[in-house]
Amino acid sequence: MPYLEIDNLSADYGKVPVLQDINLAVERGEIVSIIGPSGSGKSTLLRVLTGLLKPRAGSVAVAGEKLRYDSPKDLRRAREKFAIVFQQFNLFQNMTALRNVTIAPTIVQKRKAAEVEAEARALLEKVGLSHRIDAYPDEMSGGQQQRVAIARALALKPDILHLDEVTSALDPELVSEVLDTIRLLADDGMTMMIVSHEMGFVREVSSKVVFMADGRVVEVGPPEQIFDNPQTQRCTDFVSRILRH
Amino acid sequence: MPSILEELPRFFNYYNSIFLAKAFLYTLVLSFVGCGVGFLAGFVLAILRTRRINRWAGLRWLATLWVEVWRRIPFLVKLMVVFFAFQFAGGNVSMFTVAATTIALSASAFSAENIRAGIESVHPNQWDAAETMNMGGLTALRRVILPQAWSVIIPPSMTYSVGLVKSTSIASQIGVLEMTSVAKILNQKGFSAALCFGSILLMYFVICYSLNRLAAYMEVRLALPRNR
Amino acid sequence: MNYTLQFGQVTPYLWYLAGGAWIALQLAVVAFIIGWAIGLVCASITEYGPKPARIAVRSYVVFVLNTPLLVQIFFIYFALPDYGILLDSYDAVLIGLALNAGAYMSEIQRAGFRSIRREEIEAAETLGFTRVQSIRYVVVPHILKVLYPPLSNQFIIITMSTSIAAIFGVEELTGRAYNINSITFRSLEVFSISAVYYIVLTIVASTILYTVGRYFFRIKGSVF
Ligand SMILES: Nc1ncnc2c1ncn2[C@@H]1O[C@H](COP(=O)(O)OP(=O)(O)O)[C@@H](O)[C@H]1O
Ligand SMILES: [Mg+2]
Repeated sequence: MPYLEIDNLSADYGKVPVLQDINLAVERGEIVSIIGPSGSGKSTLLRVLTGLLKPRAGSVAVAGEKLRYDSPKDLRRAREKFAIVFQQFNLFQNMTALRNVTIAPTIVQKRKAAEVEAEARALLEKVGLSHRIDAYPDEMSGGQQQRVAIARALALKPDILHLDEVTSALDPELVSEVLDTIRLLADDGMTMMIVSHEMGFVREVSSKVVFMADGRVVEVGPPEQIFDNPQTQRCTDFVSRILRH
Repeated sequence: MPSILEELPRFFNYYNSIFLAKAFLYTLVLSFVGCGVGFLAGFVLAILRTRRINRWAGLRWLATLWVEVWRRIPFLVKLMVVFFAFQFAGGNVSMFTVAATTIALSASAFSAENIRAGIESVHPNQWDAAETMNMGGLTALRRVILPQAWSVIIPPSMTYSVGLVKSTSIASQIGVLEMTSVAKILNQKGFSAALCFGSILLMYFVICYSLNRLAAYMEVRLALPRNR
Repeated sequence: MNYTLQFGQVTPYLWYLAGGAWIALQLAVVAFIIGWAIGLVCASITEYGPKPARIAVRSYVVFVLNTPLLVQIFFIYFALPDYGILLDSYDAVLIGLALNAGAYMSEIQRAGFRSIRREEIEAAETLGFTRVQSIRYVVVPHILKVLYPPLSNQFIIITMSTSIAAIFGVEELTGRAYNINSITFRSLEVFSISAVYYIVLTIVASTILYTVGRYFFRIKGSVF
């Protein structure tokens, strides 16, 4: 049984269907990348999993246990297991880097402040930011902010880390520092779902690539299949268009 | 003009000066209590209107209705409604309570608007981040949203309070001894209207002008990035 | 103590009250127009006038903005007669409302002048517009669009302020409510109904202003 199992998941914004019958399985330690044209529902899928948008139908199960997103208890559980890093970083603007990382573990998970802080310092060091611990988000570069956001997500000790186009808002020269950080996590065996347009990176780290279009999963396979030998026309078109750039 | 100058020492005699000073304090206390209570009520209303916190649409709608109703009734009419409503309820309350309640009703409506605007001025992605970290709505509000919203909430709230300080003059209609009542009483005692009303105009000016300057200062001060 | 709400005794006066609302609206319109003119003159002087005039105008505006309308009218009504200026109560209220509104509308229109962008005029002139044409087609539409929402808002504020006229015996909406109250003694009913009249009056006025703004100045937003 896969660790995360998404079964016929559908969701909509108002009346507009955005996700339709999504099926996906993720094993522990796996890195699943989601690619697809803009507006295909990649962000929405991550928003549903992290409880920011209620699904209309279908189910999500973790380690065999169903998560009902309309039950507050399950919603809390889903958010304990899944952490998300956003394209726009979404760091709390009124807090330093360190406070951004420690706030949820201390006030939500009610862990000891000293212990949390030590961990947070270690995490910030890991993402290469021990010198920016007391900086506020608006004093940091995009790449630094995004690395703080990753540290903040990791501090929650999630089972799966969701990354939604985490390099898309960055200046080109800052992309690699964030990708390097994600590679570190991959080496640690972190389970991740990554939405990205960095095809080279996707190919390098993914154990599985999901191609989405129009709110549906069109093709799933190992990176070699998706990039070198796609089985569907839409995926072929998308990959050839994007690799030409 | 010469007659006013002659009248001045007589007008500002010991008794009148004390009377005016007390009225000045009365106006200040009335404004402060009314605005304070109203601001707290406005806070609750703004929270009730925030979709991320109160998911019950009916309650959101009621809070909106409250705001729309109270801000569309002139202060004088509101004062009368409150006065007779207390009488109707059989409550034997002081005129201070009636006046302060009226101010609080007005303040609740405008501060609900201000606070809501402040909350909405914070980017929604801040709520998203807080929610996915399992922070409850009120926790997110307190720890993340409000610290970023104060700079948008405080200056207009202070400006609106100036409007309410001015409205307290209408409370003279129910005879509380704030500045306008006292000016009327002194005028009836035979002091010239120019002196009676002129002196309280200056006293109002002192309060309102200082408050407005403070609001302007806060606006600049709070806009600084290092204000968290 | 055995007071029960009896709206029935007030219903014969509903039309009388509506007449009061009409008078209030007229008062508001006249005060608004005079106040708008005062505001335009004051704003022009503040922005473009010679220094002494500017100081005089600023003193008037700042003083009025920081003192209560009611006391301003008391001053006009009770103090001016000592200097030979005798006004009846309606005129005193109207002058007070207009002078008060003038100060607010001076601030509003000043902000309007400040929002004129020189680059826009220059851009128009590089397109071959004459000075007059660029004012007619670029500056004026821009100012109208900027000024319309705060001026509409000011009109609603003036409409509510007219209730102060009742204190001076003017029989507009609130004044008529006082009259009905002294005949029927159904105080809570009378004033609640008057409150509803004001709510309806301002909602109708807001809606009309909003609709006009939408069609003539393409101003987006909502009525409330
Ligand atoms: N808040 C929203 N309200 C309405 N529609 C939305 C909203 N967010 C996204 N959508 C729509 O949902 C679809 C999927 O969006 P999204 O998940 O952001 O796509 P992707 O991340 O793949 O670019 C798009 O058609 C988009 O227009
Ligand atoms: Mg997206």
